[in-house]
Amino acid sequence: MFCSLRRVPLVLLIILVLLVSSACSRAGQSGSAEASAGSGRAIQNKGSDTIVNLALAWAEAYREVQPDVSIAVTGGGSGTGIASLINGTVDIANASREMKESEKEEARANGFDPVEHLIAIDALAVIVNLENPVDRLTIDQLADIFTGRITNWKDVGGNDEDIVLVSRETNSGTHVYFLEEVVRKGEKDNTDIFAPQTLLMPSSVGITSEIQRNPRAIGYDGLGYVSEHEKMLEVAKDAQSPYVMPSVATGADGSYPIARGLFMYTAGEPTGAIADYIAWIKGPAGQQIVADLGFVPLTEE
Amino acid sequence: MDTAQAPPESLPNRRIGERIIEGVILVAGISTILIVALIFLFLLKEGINAFLDIPLRQLFGDRWYPIEGIYGLMPLLVGTTLVTIGAVIIAVPLGLVAAIYLGEFAPQWLREILKPLIEILAGIPSIVLGFLGWVALAPLIQNAGADTGLTAFTGSLLLAYMSLPTIISISEDALYAVPREYRDGALAIGATQWQTIWRVVLPAARSGLVIAVMLGIGRVIGETMGVLLVTGNAANMPAFGPGMFFNPVRTMTATIAAEMGEVAQGSLHYSVLFGIGLILFLITFVVNWLAARLVGVSGARTKVGGQV
Repeated sequence: MFCSLRRVPLVLLIILVLLVSSACSRAGQSGSAEASAGSGRAIQNKGSDTIVNLALAWAEAYREVQPDVSIAVTGGGSGTGIASLINGTVDIANASREMKESEKEEARANGFDPVEHLIAIDALAVIVNLENPVDRLTIDQLADIFTGRITNWKDVGGNDEDIVLVSRETNSGTHVYFLEEVVRKGEKDNTDIFAPQTLLMPSSVGITSEIQRNPRAIGYDGLGYVSEHEKMLEVAKDAQSPYVMPSVATGADGSYPIARGLFMYTAGEPTGAIADYIAWIKGPAGQQIVADLGFVPLTEE
Repeated sequence: MDTAQAPPESLPNRRIGERIIEGVILVAGISTILIVALIFLFLLKEGINAFLDIPLRQLFGDRWYPIEGIYGLMPLLVGTTLVTIGAVIIAVPLGLVAAIYLGEFAPQWLREILKPLIEILAGIPSIVLGFLGWVALAPLIQNAGADTGLTAFTGSLLLAYMSLPTIISISEDALYAVPREYRDGALAIGATQWQTIWRVVLPAARSGLVIAVMLGIGRVIGETMGVLLVTGNAANMPAFGPGMFFNPVRTMTATIAAEMGEVAQGSLHYSVLFGIGLILFLITFVVNWLAARLVGVSGARTKVGGQV
């Protein structure tokens, strides 16, 4: 509903899954969500908008591997996916941030321990308009910019223009990650928040389109969503550290400072089809798709 | 079984039929009021905790950041107010002037073309206009010198456009309903056409015009998806002055739409969102009440036939 063109295949997939599942239930008794995850039923997978394209690609590819397992993927944000897992309406929640302690408690109150699966790594690119002369910033400068302590580009080596801040909505895991690791610089006792004039966009497309047309804008987005129409900035952990351009390579070797794990959560240790699916995702075939979509694959440790 | 054999025109049967129809109409009439009352009670039940659990000073604070438990509603109230005032300033004069042209000056054939076209405008889904505003209008505002194209003014322009069909159509109906004798009388005692319109027709159609404006304002306050796309959704308190219209704002409706999906049922954030709904409900209520006062419930109706 937020005009994300990227979700068109998602809608088609949902329709497909509905058709398949109705066909299955006519053929035989399909299991309820509580029943063992056997063949012929849909795995419900919901959550982070950052992961949604990846999850869709996995679900499509997995149909070749296990034709009798269908996977229904929906987005909505990390918080939405986790809330659905807690409420018992999905099998796998996608999250671009770790589950909060309060959410884990809610899950335990509903009778299960959530289990975390690291499935890929995402480098968050800081992006500006192509006309913007600024090439590089430190985390400290980014924190000052996004909290509103710096409001003019000339203070960080740019033109004498106001800075327009662009962010995802607060239900986005990307927003929370950026808040904790950049705005608060990873400091636990730091209570800084985004400046009130920050534009909150309902989708990744909202961010990139504002960046593309506004020379004063600065925003952030997952590496997989950045195109050649936006300019990525080199980021340094602090003034002494080297400036690093985000890429799959710098995300994988840990030199790029704003990279984070992407997770799937299940209600308890997964079994049956769900366990097979997650194992396949973490395997070479699944991780190849991660690399193809511009995210950072897990390295074998 | 017996009724089937009875002659269709018999008096008792007709009476029963009328009774049934009267009953149905009564139920229909009461049910609308009942539903509104139930909605209000539901909002109150879900939203009241927001007003009980959060200290009022925080509730009317100037910062809205719900994921950290900061629930200041002022930026949202200011956002909705700015967007609404802007839209009213643009739409009301434009709408009334258009209605006067249509009703008093336009030749019959032109009126017959324009009126249905204007009514079609009302049918365009707001998300479509919002999308147009986002793609086409926002860059214009930005090029005009604002820091970003996503501002309260962009929202006002869009909402003014959305409310224009309502305002024009209902105002024009109100003008049309003013009896011809009023105009004839005014012209006969030597008034010009403009004097006739200004001194006679407009005052006579007053109640209908007020209703037109109020329905327009209602549409503006309640509109969600359009403004969500074009106002930037920054929970911002712009400095007071004419420049404040060119800042991004976050409206109450957009806040509910953007955040309802993420909240856990029964949480404080959930209550606050319902509390915002409650405030919107009360604002609409006050707008309607003001409309009734302005129309002058007792007097205007009997004096003038002109009604919707």
